[in-house]
Amino acid sequence: MGRRILFITTDQQRFDSLGCNGGGIARTPNIDALAAAGINYVRAHPQNVVCMPSRSTMVTGQHVSTHGVWMNGVPLPEDAPSIAATLRTAGYRTALLGKAHFEPLLDPFLRFAENRMGREGTFTEWSELPDGTRFPHRGFEHMEFAGHGAAGNLHYVGWLRENHPEAMAGFVPNLDGDLEVTTEPGGDTMAPQVRITNGIPRGWYHTDWVADRTISWLDSLGQDDKWFCWMSFPDPHHPWDPPKEELHRVNWRDLDLPAGYIEDAAERERILSSKPAHWMGWYTGSFVSNFEAPLKWVPATLTADNVREVNAMVHVKNELIDEAVGRVLAAIRARGWEDDVDIVFTTDHGEMQGDFGFLFKGPYHVDGLMRLPLIWKPAASAGIAPATVTAPVGHVSLAATFASIAGLGRPAYTEAPALPVSDGDADERGFERVLTEWDSVLFGKEVGVRTIHRDGWTCSAMLPGTVHDGTEGELYDHANDPLQRVNRWDDPAVRSLRDDLLADMWDHLPSPVLPRRDCDAPV
Amino acid sequence: MATLRRDIHIERAPEDVWTLVGDPARLHEWFPVQDCRVEGNKRWVTLPTGIVFEEDIVVVDGRTRRFQYSIVNNLLIRDHFGTVDVMDDGHGHTVLSYSTQCTPNVFALVTAGASGQALRNAKRILEAAHDGTNKATN
Repeated sequence: MGRRILFITTDQQRFDSLGCNGGGIARTPNIDALAAAGINYVRAHPQNVVCMPSRSTMVTGQHVSTHGVWMNGVPLPEDAPSIAATLRTAGYRTALLGKAHFEPLLDPFLRFAENRMGREGTFTEWSELPDGTRFPHRGFEHMEFAGHGAAGNLHYVGWLRENHPEAMAGFVPNLDGDLEVTTEPGGDTMAPQVRITNGIPRGWYHTDWVADRTISWLDSLGQDDKWFCWMSFPDPHHPWDPPKEELHRVNWRDLDLPAGYIEDAAERERILSSKPAHWMGWYTGSFVSNFEAPLKWVPATLTADNVREVNAMVHVKNELIDEAVGRVLAAIRARGWEDDVDIVFTTDHGEMQGDFGFLFKGPYHVDGLMRLPLIWKPAASAGIAPATVTAPVGHVSLAATFASIAGLGRPAYTEAPALPVSDGDADERGFERVLTEWDSVLFGKEVGVRTIHRDGWTCSAMLPGTVHDGTEGELYDHANDPLQRVNRWDDPAVRSLRDDLLADMWDHLPSPVLPRRDCDAPV
Repeated sequence: MATLRRDIHIERAPEDVWTLVGDPARLHEWFPVQDCRVEGNKRWVTLPTGIVFEEDIVVVDGRTRRFQYSIVNNLLIRDHFGTVDVMDDGHGHTVLSYSTQCTPNVFALVTAGASGQALRNAKRILEAAHDGTNKATN
């Protein structure tokens, strides 16, 4: 019958959020079991730390410079390469349930297919190729979308409006009256984007809705169908407003502060001052360079209790995700498919979640945003042994991995080989480095970062921009500085290493697609 | 208030381009909106989402080929001024420019994105008409 593929993604989830990766708060037994029975990648990075570029890498198998989605708001062209299209051509049934975000979400002109489908309640859009063949949007024959709440044009919003309109007001609106990312304070500590009064029952919350729609689509398939199903949870991304009936799971008052949070303000600011200028600029609120960072929120105002409460909300969301995953896996077992399904779990990027005194995300290439959970549980029929892979890998390998599972060669459009199945395999196939890019331009504020992780070091070069002249950077030794508090960019003792890492990075980064495509929306 | 501008080169004479973009009632032929209605110096534009913008038409200047308008009486958009300029490129063809000044700033980004598509639509429509193929659609 061939191997099926369940691709599970979350949004903005940290590596250390899972039990299998050392997380000690949220109970994630279903995902932990995938790691135990499969391959757990413990140094996996995204190729960009915000949604649209990162997700575009997942579906295309390309670095950001190649697919050209250089920041949120830049749509992935409809004719961009897609692993879903490749698999569909090979006979796979294909679906994406949940958050796609290859196209801007803020779209009052309904210019983008994701929003049109959600608005109209349709499940794909068809294009006609030159030979007359009709092809579904990005190769997905079925798409049902959800975002981070009850606003916008996506299917989940329409479903809520039609079935449970009384529940819509429970969510924190993503945007404020100026269309900026909201800073609405709430909870017990008045933390930004926290709400502890969301009365929506758990069964109507988007996490369970995504699982329900996934199970429904799987139920529609024939027993012998091969399928590629991307189940994409919008959580644990902010706003931090899970159903209040689930908040009993984690009491924020019981939480220790995360290791990445620096309690002493003077020490925190000393460390931030040793990093490139955009770090301190964001901290003080004087340089908010990207839309994803709420314009009206000043990180320096973040309190330790804010951090605890946000973390508690995230842990609750992560438990709901894990239980939803468990339901879908049970449905797969009930169909008798279990031995022939490969399951890949990851997220698009991380979340600062208190590290260095920040929440949210931006041009900050440290583990909070870059080190991600990535787990591949190969189908039992594949006979691949469980492993922990410490070699650096990236999302850029996902498309080739899916093709490999399907028994296809590596698609010509991909820029990285399939994921290794062990460290030995990684050594043999040259998994030495992983690269991450950042570019943003927001009303004249421009930041560019290029990063390599290799040999246990992370090295980031700042591109010339609004607050950088191109000489600044970051260099962290993970073995001796796992929290990336000591920036060794200017340390003469490691100058040759730094220069070698930079040369290696520039050698392996693809040339960017020029001219740079227009940004059509903030997100 | 944010200001964003998009431009495109069109291989048509400025006067030909002006016949399309200088006519407030033809907006829906090239801008990604569903419909528009003009009465005197007022225009009502309906977006595909059903949102209706009320606009004041401020300038329709066929001599300088400039069109300017303002979205008014809008709960979200507090200040707005849009300008469409049709300029000779010096070789008998056109540079078409669409600029938006707007508060809130973020809406300028969204409008700029839509205007970028509008400019590409206008180029396709006008150049196809020039070729005599007239196959373009909005």
